[in-house]
Amino acid sequence: MRATSHQFPENVHEALANPTLRQALSKMRGGFPVNRAQAISRLPEFDALRDTARDIKNHTLEHLDFYLERFEERVVANGGQVHWCETPQDARQTILEICQRLNARSVTKGKSMIAEEIALNDYLEEHDIRPVETDLGEYIIQLRKEPPSHIIAPAIHVTKDQVIEAFREAHTELPADRPLDEPRDLTDEARTMLRQEYFDADVGITGANFLVAETGTSTIVTNEGNGDLTQTLAKAHVVIASLEKIVPTMEDMATILRLLARSATGQEFSVYTTLSSGPKRKEDLDGPEEYHVVLLDNGRSDLLGTEFREILRCIRCSACMNHCPVYGAVGGHAYGWVYPGPMGAILTPTLIGIDQAGHLPNASTFCGKCEEVCPMRIPLPQLMRAYRTREHERGISPKATRWGLRLWRFLATRPRLYGAVTGLVARAIANLGWGQGVVTSLPLAGGWTSVRDLPVTQGRTFRSLYKQTKSYPASSTK
Amino acid sequence: MRETGSHPQPTVGLFVTCLADLFRPSVGFAAIKLLEAAGCVVEAPEAQTCCGQPGYNSGDTESARALARRTIEIFEGYDHVVAPSGSCAGMLKEHYPHLFSDEPEMARRAETLAGRTHELTSFLVDVLGVKAVSAQFEGQVTYHDSCSGLRELGIKEQPRELLGSVEGLELVEMEDSEVCCGFGGTFCIKYPEISDHMVTDKVTRAGESGAGMVLAGDLGCLLNIAGKLKRQGSPVQVRHVAEVLAGMVDEPAIGEPGFGEAEV
Repeated sequence: MRATSHQFPENVHEALANPTLRQALSKMRGGFPVNRAQAISRLPEFDALRDTARDIKNHTLEHLDFYLERFEERVVANGGQVHWCETPQDARQTILEICQRLNARSVTKGKSMIAEEIALNDYLEEHDIRPVETDLGEYIIQLRKEPPSHIIAPAIHVTKDQVIEAFREAHTELPADRPLDEPRDLTDEARTMLRQEYFDADVGITGANFLVAETGTSTIVTNEGNGDLTQTLAKAHVVIASLEKIVPTMEDMATILRLLARSATGQEFSVYTTLSSGPKRKEDLDGPEEYHVVLLDNGRSDLLGTEFREILRCIRCSACMNHCPVYGAVGGHAYGWVYPGPMGAILTPTLIGIDQAGHLPNASTFCGKCEEVCPMRIPLPQLMRAYRTREHERGISPKATRWGLRLWRFLATRPRLYGAVTGLVARAIANLGWGQGVVTSLPLAGGWTSVRDLPVTQGRTFRSLYKQTKSYPASSTK
Repeated sequence: MRETGSHPQPTVGLFVTCLADLFRPSVGFAAIKLLEAAGCVVEAPEAQTCCGQPGYNSGDTESARALARRTIEIFEGYDHVVAPSGSCAGMLKEHYPHLFSDEPEMARRAETLAGRTHELTSFLVDVLGVKAVSAQFEGQVTYHDSCSGLRELGIKEQPRELLGSVEGLELVEMEDSEVCCGFGGTFCIKYPEISDHMVTDKVTRAGESGAGMVLAGDLGCLLNIAGKLKRQGSPVQVRHVAEVLAGMVDEPAIGEPGFGEAEV
């Protein structure tokens, strides 16, 4: 997908002016965060689990090459194949070759953010292969021809009415006057439409929530069971995963699984947790004949040994965006690429460059809520600050900000001058209020006064009053 | 500079914060009144300016270091350093040590300062064990939990406990009191539309509480919240929690008419 992260302020402007989006986003507030809080209140060891999970991932990342090679050995021993792909193009090409070798006309797809990252659907379509999204949310946005706006609820920006509209437009073979007002009508219709696709597809592509080194297993969690049909009914099962999905053992995976659904939807466990460890064996009644794991790097290994390595612990639960007041205001599309919210504010500049995505780590108040809820204890604000530092060092942060900071430093390291200047400013702002208590418009402070008034000062600075009297003027205290 | 521990009463260096210095000296004086009432000897060192947070959060680590260095020096002689702000106290307490990770001597001094630095209400309650203040305030107030204080320093119950002792005051909680108001330092100027959305939510929740006054412990949030309320023409008033706790509420609330001609 074409990134629009560089025009984040314009995207924000559009998003905030969209009443349908406002309506859709307002529902999120009472959903995921509330359910998460309830799930966690029932698990006293939640915080201890977070520490363990963090340590598991840190250990794995320190020995990433070892565990990935171990994973490959196991996959091969199980009769599957691992494809090491450095770039998105390598991964797209690899998947296309598998599809072409099997003469695939259509492929079914479980939900995969990595598939979005490498823009797989567009690529397959360009080569006359029809990708069919089987996750309900992904199916909806595929019909609407738009990217996901959330990493676990891709269609969270879409209202029910918009889904009805999309279904009526796409499913023209069904009676035009059929009722679709109940959510159940919509899920039933999607199910009907998708059923045959599973049987027709030659290749089933899924993502992976985990890759387990000791067994060569890839694991997905879903709530719809669509992933299971995708991967068992096609001739070949292709798993597309980024390399940091690896964990050493089944037990490590089980530990992190206890955090995942609780942090994501507030469920104790997702409805389906599906483990795949290779193609169909002789004694199996069904399953794919081929099993491929396409392992994508796309710059991630460059993060090892840098301060940004911590983002590689991310398990894509979405807790950070579900709780983020900025995400809650603007939705996922405003971020302009695949990954929105706080984790996207780190991952997007990492993957498409800070020149493209410089706004994202800046568009945060550092309220700290994302770090508070992150099950993997990723210090998201600290990483955003690290990106701001890079931008400053490379001189790509806005000129006005740089000059402002330079001036501020100059003054703040010269207390006498600082006192004189702030004294004048305090007096000026007080006078500008004309007794009204606020300034409604102020040159050079348009960012402030465009949306709110500026309360006036009390006329003099603390330092000047304190120097004079060491206490507040007697008339002013009780 | 004072010698640590030489005085029978604890010495407190008041870090006024640049926003209180410029916009609302009464917050600084309210802090002094509260600290003195709790038995401290308070001094606001003249050379203090800004903690360096604007530079730090904008990626200008050099300017943050320059300001941190002088703040550390200025406040070295006091038993405690207290700020009427969770955000600035958090900067001194949580972030200064990281700024000097490659300067062991400065890092040590930063650590020492961090250990002695406190936000005002947390210092009164957690360090001095103050349970009540002697102040009066007639009416309902609601309290906004500022992010840094809440999440970096664990400030939640301390201001509420003290407010509970104010005669005549009734605290009514707003929904989402822990959700950010959209100030975020330079964020509110760089992304005014998002900030506007967030502060609009905040003042809506505050208004729904029915309280006639919003209190918080950070002037940045308060200027933002008051600025939005006044833009909307709301009668809800806004003050720093220290003003109410110190009983210093004769001056107009933040953004209320009356100032502009202030004379001492």
